[in-house]
Amino acid sequence: MLQISFFNRLVIWLLVAVGLLVAMPNAFYSRVESHNDAVAAIESGGATPELEADAAKWPGLLPNNLVNLGLDLRGGAHLLGRVQVEEVYAERMKAMWPEVRDALRDERGTIGTIRRVDGPEDQLRIRVQNSDQMAAAMDKVRGLARQVVSLSYPGATDIEVSAEGDVLVVQLSQAERELSDQRTVQQSLEIIRRRVDEVGTREPTIQRQGSDRIIIQVPGIGSAQELKDLIGTTAKLTFHPVVQRVSSPDADATGRTVTLPSADPSEEGVYYVLEENPVVTGEELVDAQPDFDQNGQPAVNFRFNASGARKFGDYTAENVGSPFAIVLDGEVISAPVIRQHIPGGTGIISGNFTVQESSDLAVLLRAGALPAGMDFLQERTIGPELGADSIRAGAIACVVAFAAVLVFMALSYGLFGIFANIALLINVGLIFGLLSTIGATLTLPGIAGIVLTIGMAVDANVLVFERIREELKTAKGPSRAISLGYEKALSAIIDANITTFITAAILFVLGSGPVRGFSVTLALGIITSVFTAIYVTRLLIVTWFERARPKTIEV
Amino acid sequence: MRLRLVPQETNINFFAARKVTFGASMVLMVLSVVAWALMGLNFGIDFQGGTTIRTQAEQPVDVAAYRDALQPLELGDVAISEVYDPTFADNEHVAMLRIQAQEGAESAENEMVANVEAALKGVDETIQFTSVESVGPKVSGELVQSAVLAVLAALGAIMVYIWLRFEWQFSLGAVVALFHDVLLTIGLFAVLQIRFDLATIAALLTIVGYSINDTVVIFDRVRENLIKYKKMALQDVMNLSVNETLSRTVMTSGTTLIALIALLVLGGDVIRGFVFAITWGVIVGTYSSVYVAKNVVLMLGTKRDWSKPSDGGPGGTQFSTSDA
Repeated sequence: MLQISFFNRLVIWLLVAVGLLVAMPNAFYSRVESHNDAVAAIESGGATPELEADAAKWPGLLPNNLVNLGLDLRGGAHLLGRVQVEEVYAERMKAMWPEVRDALRDERGTIGTIRRVDGPEDQLRIRVQNSDQMAAAMDKVRGLARQVVSLSYPGATDIEVSAEGDVLVVQLSQAERELSDQRTVQQSLEIIRRRVDEVGTREPTIQRQGSDRIIIQVPGIGSAQELKDLIGTTAKLTFHPVVQRVSSPDADATGRTVTLPSADPSEEGVYYVLEENPVVTGEELVDAQPDFDQNGQPAVNFRFNASGARKFGDYTAENVGSPFAIVLDGEVISAPVIRQHIPGGTGIISGNFTVQESSDLAVLLRAGALPAGMDFLQERTIGPELGADSIRAGAIACVVAFAAVLVFMALSYGLFGIFANIALLINVGLIFGLLSTIGATLTLPGIAGIVLTIGMAVDANVLVFERIREELKTAKGPSRAISLGYEKALSAIIDANITTFITAAILFVLGSGPVRGFSVTLALGIITSVFTAIYVTRLLIVTWFERARPKTIEV
Repeated sequence: MRLRLVPQETNINFFAARKVTFGASMVLMVLSVVAWALMGLNFGIDFQGGTTIRTQAEQPVDVAAYRDALQPLELGDVAISEVYDPTFADNEHVAMLRIQAQEGAESAENEMVANVEAALKGVDETIQFTSVESVGPKVSGELVQSAVLAVLAALGAIMVYIWLRFEWQFSLGAVVALFHDVLLTIGLFAVLQIRFDLATIAALLTIVGYSINDTVVIFDRVRENLIKYKKMALQDVMNLSVNETLSRTVMTSGTTLIALIALLVLGGDVIRGFVFAITWGVIVGTYSSVYVAKNVVLMLGTKRDWSKPSDGGPGGTQFSTSDA
């Protein structure tokens, strides 16, 4: 056990060095943060002397990952919202009525007159005069159904048609409901992300949770109410004729034109002069899906409602070869050239897309406004002062806890205690290194987790040292005692840490928010403390032992 | 010169008063359940729904004035408490308001929060709202469920692990000890009416993790000594093992407590409840490793010849060990 090969030594020190290097930026938190912000700003909006100065505060060659500070440490707002997915069912039924009416009207000869009757919002209920012809009416309505692609319901269609006496009932099928929920939440996520990104606060968290919930966390925002107002803003999608492509926002905008920037990051500094009145607006868009054009290039397929289709058809017929801008919230997201007349209200936008971009664009096109309302189930606002107070108190507590443990260990185990202390310092460095690397968020309970790890990290060393003490009483010399100490303590160390790790893992899986933050630091703390206790401390002791060659040792 | 909290050789008979200690533990567990049932837990809004508002003002907090200002709003149950903390500055006066979930409200309530903020501004111009938190009743129900599930899942997983690594008697002993720790903590929270919220659940699970750590280390030594001293009575093997590991137990619990006490005193009031629970748990967990877990194993007896697989009989014992 006292022989550690050169290669192993190298690997151990290398791991420690890399861990500490990655952890280092956290020691210069505000400096690295302003560097990172400046670099991001330069990438997206061009350089200014101030940004350059901020960027120069931290050498670009060094790692620049930081531990994210949670809302409780930085201040900000947290929202848990539920998307009211059922609203969409009602919308769909409302839109379905004219279609069903027209279809049944053609059969007036056999089924008689029809009348829509009241019912739940997610159903379409139609009284049929000649109820003995219900089967024919149902057949006719079923003809309107579309196939949906669903793994759990193979061969399903989007609507279900049934009869209750003389009332014909149309509603969305289970398969379609699930797909619809999926789309609704996806769309809401995308819209919320765009809205939150607009305010430019750093690192917002926007996550889906469960089937219909969304968590939104924005550090640095004043209040949850502010965040709700921001999300609530309606997205506005319009299609405009393009007058001119220019490179300055002050370009001549005579008459009824507007100048809008391009949203495409590859079109840095490009602006479009557009006719002020849109040809069609997003309210008339029914659907948009990612697709491929005739050359096999990723593209986006879209469909307008009847009035939109007519306007779009007429315009494209007259303007083949001209660019046509798609504007979302005052930014031109794409300005494709019209290649041919597009009748029927469906069209395809081809551009220089990747598959990912085309599917994002499809989401955005469908996006517009939030597809359904949101309920807010939980909200939290934490003022920045409280965050600053907490972080200060947490830091002081950590330093004091640390110093006390170091002194206690040194007093109890002498030189070996100092070895353990070095390992402990490395251990905390490694925790921060890992946290920064995986981009975990440090919360207040997370700090408690680190403090607890400090206490528990010494346990592995204590186990070994106590074992060495015992072996010194019986064994034939210090070298044998040390190696036996490590050998015999190992199983206790492993068992004890695996059981604690199990609880950390369960906390992570079942917990949310701060609980999860705590479990991450606890779990990482266990990994690093086992590593430092088994490898680093041992290597320190072995290195010392080889140099000093003591006849007797005192632990 | 070394600091030694425990003499080099100890020979304490930990099981001399085992009926008393084990009995006391059992009584405390029952009392905790009784306290829990009778007094109930002071659930935070995580589990009840409602709103908490933390205020900070430059003038001292006048709870009566706050209450009067909120009276016209008819909010139902409003708890107002002043928060003291040694880390606060002289002109830092903090209060916590807890407002019950409003009638018929399914989601978080902004209008109510805005009204409360306006009313309190009327009492004290300098007042600031450093944190506002609202939980709708729907979520809180789910949070209770998942919290209970988390604790049970952790206990179950640990039970399986110990059973695989040791023997079922050890596994049972460990889990009884863990139940003991969890119940005593819940009991303490009920008696002192400390706020019980999601962070408390995290603390409970941490206690489970810490206590099991401690228990496993001693079990490990028991297993080793059972192999070494094949003829020694189980009780003596256990006593020997606890004595041998005593120094380590005291060192580890000592350093952990040092770290936790630093956090308890200096870490600020926001996490005090959380840290308090863990600190208590470390003390109870250390005690239960010796006085509950090992007592249970002692009562059940255990297999002695570890070179052969367990015969699976009741107690798995190859000779009787109980002298009770």
